[in-house]
Amino acid sequence: MSDMQKTIEIEVLRYHPEKDKEPHRQVFEVPFTDDMSVLQGVQYIKDYLDGSLSFRWSCRMAICGSCGMMINGIPNLSCQTFLRDYYPARVRVEALAHFPIERDLVINMEGFIEKLESIQPYIIPKEERTLAQGEYLQTPEQLNAYEQFSSCINCLLCYAACPQFGLNSSFIGPAATALLHRYNVDSRDGGKAERMELINSEEGVFNCTAVGYCSEVCPKHVDPANAVNQNKTNSAADYFLRFLAPKGGAK
Amino acid sequence: MSKRRPYVRSMDGWWRKNPFFVEYMIHEGTALFVAAYAGVLLAGLFRLSQGEAAWNAWLAALTNPWYIAFHLAALLALSYHTYTWFKIMPRTMPPVVVGGERLPGWVITAGGLAVAAAACLGLLALVWGMAR
Repeated sequence: MSDMQKTIEIEVLRYHPEKDKEPHRQVFEVPFTDDMSVLQGVQYIKDYLDGSLSFRWSCRMAICGSCGMMINGIPNLSCQTFLRDYYPARVRVEALAHFPIERDLVINMEGFIEKLESIQPYIIPKEERTLAQGEYLQTPEQLNAYEQFSSCINCLLCYAACPQFGLNSSFIGPAATALLHRYNVDSRDGGKAERMELINSEEGVFNCTAVGYCSEVCPKHVDPANAVNQNKTNSAADYFLRFLAPKGGAK
Repeated sequence: MSKRRPYVRSMDGWWRKNPFFVEYMIHEGTALFVAAYAGVLLAGLFRLSQGEAAWNAWLAALTNPWYIAFHLAALLALSYHTYTWFKIMPRTMPPVVVGGERLPGWVITAGGLAVAAAACLGLLALVWGMAR
């Protein structure tokens, strides 16, 4: 059946910091079958055509969040995007937008990791509890309040979809805000006042202009735009309530 | 010495790079028509405060074909603005829980559009009634 073998052109944005001043495009002819993802196409390039091609990947099933790329200009997980959907046209593959390119398809995500740390992504207990007091109990309603926002896999597609993050990389951004919100609305958590300082800050939610593309591209239906915009309301309430309760609210 | 040299891509022309962003710029752009139309109404209010002659002169000016063309363009722009406003609304508000179930986004959008349509019809009926 080798004469039936289909090939597709994959155009990759290459960048090697040792020798390139700036990124450039390189086209590869890749044989493919209908069950091959864009990730598998890129893996074929590395295995058979050019071993110097760099990219991140791990699980191949849309759960690890490693293989996000711009595919024809759209942020997507390359493991759940299929070559057959582009054939016979060429597929353009590029590192996730709005992040610095470290090498080829690998982005520098240090800024995001710092943001992730800054939101304190863990439960800060409301009160000290002893083991003897037993586990925390939650009702289904209390679980519903945050469950959706806990599904984030840190794939960063939402940042690649957010022009405001592209224009101002200090913006805390969609995923970190969604995770921040996930802890703030957890009935076991008592850290909201600390996290609201970040929400209210220059880096906070008011960088968002409700483009809404972050939620469109999210592969886990976290709806980060909703978390960001709910916190605009929370932030405004925080601001105005301090006039009523001088010791509470925003600092 | 480190060989790292992270490359930052330019954001020039970012809104032309994705159809979603082009649509975003168009629907944000319709806000200019909202502001312009508010300006027209405020001008009318100002002319009213100056007395009957000024008010009638303003009314006469509105019959200019250019003004009518502006009103038609503003009607289109404001209709599209209203549609996109309610389309994004489910993403911008806290979840609405009815009977233990979260209200789906399209219900909120449809509800908003229905209220907007009802308000427009109500206002039209009111003005119609006063003009007769």
